[in-house]
Amino acid sequence: MLALMDSFQATIDADGRIEPRDAMPEGYRKTLIRQIAQHAHSEIIGMQPEGNWISRTPSLRRKAILMAKVQDEAGHGLYLYAAAETLGVDRAELLDLLHAGKQKYSSIFNYPTLTWADIGAIGWLVDGAAIVNQVPLCRCSYGPYARAMVRVCKEESFHQRQGFEILHTLCNGTEAQKAMAQDALDRWWWPSLMMFGPPDASSTHSEQSMAWGIKRHSNDELRQRFVDMTVPQADVLGIRVPDDGLRYDEETGHYSFTQPDFTELYEVVKGNGPCNEQRLAHRVKAHEDGAWVREAAAAYAGKQAQKKASAA
Amino acid sequence: MNDLFTYTLRLGDDALIAAQRTAEWIAAAPQLEEDVALGNIGLDQLGQARSLLQYAGQLEGAGRSEDDLAYFRDEREFTNVQLVELPNGDFAATMARLLYFATYQHLLYEELRGCADETLAGVAGKAVKEVAYHVDHATQWVLRLGDGTEESHRRMQAGLDAMWPYTAELFASDDLVRRLDVAVDPSTLEEEWLRRVTQVIEESTCSMPTSSYQHSGGRQGRHSEHLGYLLAELQHIARSHPGAQW
Repeated sequence: MLALMDSFQATIDADGRIEPRDAMPEGYRKTLIRQIAQHAHSEIIGMQPEGNWISRTPSLRRKAILMAKVQDEAGHGLYLYAAAETLGVDRAELLDLLHAGKQKYSSIFNYPTLTWADIGAIGWLVDGAAIVNQVPLCRCSYGPYARAMVRVCKEESFHQRQGFEILHTLCNGTEAQKAMAQDALDRWWWPSLMMFGPPDASSTHSEQSMAWGIKRHSNDELRQRFVDMTVPQADVLGIRVPDDGLRYDEETGHYSFTQPDFTELYEVVKGNGPCNEQRLAHRVKAHEDGAWVREAAAAYAGKQAQKKASAA
Repeated sequence: MNDLFTYTLRLGDDALIAAQRTAEWIAAAPQLEEDVALGNIGLDQLGQARSLLQYAGQLEGAGRSEDDLAYFRDEREFTNVQLVELPNGDFAATMARLLYFATYQHLLYEELRGCADETLAGVAGKAVKEVAYHVDHATQWVLRLGDGTEESHRRMQAGLDAMWPYTAELFASDDLVRRLDVAVDPSTLEEEWLRRVTQVIEESTCSMPTSSYQHSGGRQGRHSEHLGYLLAELQHIARSHPGAQW
C-alpha cells in the first residue's frame, strides 16, 4: 500500500494524471467528489436563472441561443456527474445530497434574473468568471475531471461571447436598453467577484488542493485575472463597473479594485440569499414530480429483460 | 389573398407554439437526460418555426420578419392548431401530445419535401429527419409509461385521452389546402396517422381514446383560452420596446 501511495505522489510530482483505477489517498478522493459534485450541481441549478427567460426572449434568434445554452448546461451536468462516478459514487446519491442541502452549488445562482439584460450579464460575467476558474482545471491532476473540463471550457467560451454580444446590442440600443445593461452590471458585479471564493487568507480547502494538483492558482490570483480581463470589456460596452476604487496600476499592469463584501458570500453560502430556497425547491419538485417516470422506466426495462430471458 | 403565405404561416405557427411549450420542460424534466432531449426537440421545432416564418414574411412582401410575425400578432391572427397551445400537463400528457403531433408532422413533411415550392421542400426535407427522432422519442416513452407501473399506466392513459379531442383538427381540410397546389391536404394523412398511432398505443397496453367531441378553429384563429397567456409571456419584452433591436 505504501508503495502504491508513493506512486500516487510520484505522479503528482511529475505533473501526471491520476486515473480512476490508480491508488489515491482517501482525502484526495473525497475532495474531488466534493468539488466535482459541487460543480455538477452548479451546472444544473444554473439552468434555472437562465431558464427563467427562455419563454420571454425578445427575439427568436435569442430564444434558440438561450435554449441551446441551457441545454449545454444540462450536458455539462451529465458529464461532470459521470466524472464523479469514476470515484465510486453515483449520480442519484449526489442528487440526494444536493436536495438535502448537504452539498453546495455555486452561490451566484442564488441571485435572481430580473431583466433580459441579466441573461447578458450572466453570460459575460458569470460564465467569464467560470472560465477563469475552470481553464486551470483542464490541467487538474485527476484525469476524468480534467478531460471533462476541456469540453466544458470550449462551450463556456461560446456562452461568454453570446452574453457579451447581448449586452453589446443593448448598449448600442435605446436609452432604456442601455439602462437595463448598466443595472445588470450593477447587480451582478459583486456576486461575480465572490465566485472566486473567500480571500486566500481564509480559504479552508485551498492549500491541500494546491498540493494535490487539483487547484493551480489561488482565489485571489483568479479574482485579479477576472478583473483584469473584464474591466476593458466594460469600457468597450460603455457601461461603468460599480466600484469607485477601481483604477489601473501602471506599475503592476493590473487593476486595483475594491474587494466584495465577503460577509454576504458567507450568508448566501449558509442559505441566506435571495433565491436559495426557490432554487432548491424547484430542483426538488422537478425530481419528485419525475419520480414516477423514472420508476416506470425501470419497471419497463425489467419487464423487457424478463421477456428476453424467457424467450431465450 | 396570398395562399402560400397563409399556408406557410400555419405550419410556422404550429412549430413556434409547439417549441414554446416544449421549452417549458427545460430545467424541470424527470431526469437530466430528458432535459437534454426535450431541449433538442424544442430547438428543432423552433428552427422549423424560424425558417417557416421567415419565408412567410418574404411571401407576404410587406417587410415583416420572423420576429414581427412571432411577436407582433394577436391571438386571433395565430393559425396554429389548438393541440400545440395546450398546457403541458404531466410528462405523460406531454409525450401523448408529442406522439400525436410529431407523427402528423412526419407524414406532412414527408409529402411536403417533394412539393414544387423549393423553399418549403427544403424546410420539410430537413425537418422530416428531426421529426422522425421526435416520433421515436415519444414512442419510446409511451411504451415505457404505458407498460411501466400502475401509476404510469394510469397517467399515460389519461394523457392520451386528454390530448385526443385536439387531434381531428390536424386533419381538417379547407378550400385553401385544396386549391393551393403545393399544399398537402391534411385529410389525406389521417388514415396512416391513425394506423401508426394505434400501433403504439396498443403496444403500450393502453386503450384507444374514445372521446367523441373534437375541438376546431385554430386555423381560423379561434383558440383555447390558453394561447393568450402563452403569447403574453412570449411577446411582452419585444412589445414593451417597439422598434428596438435585440
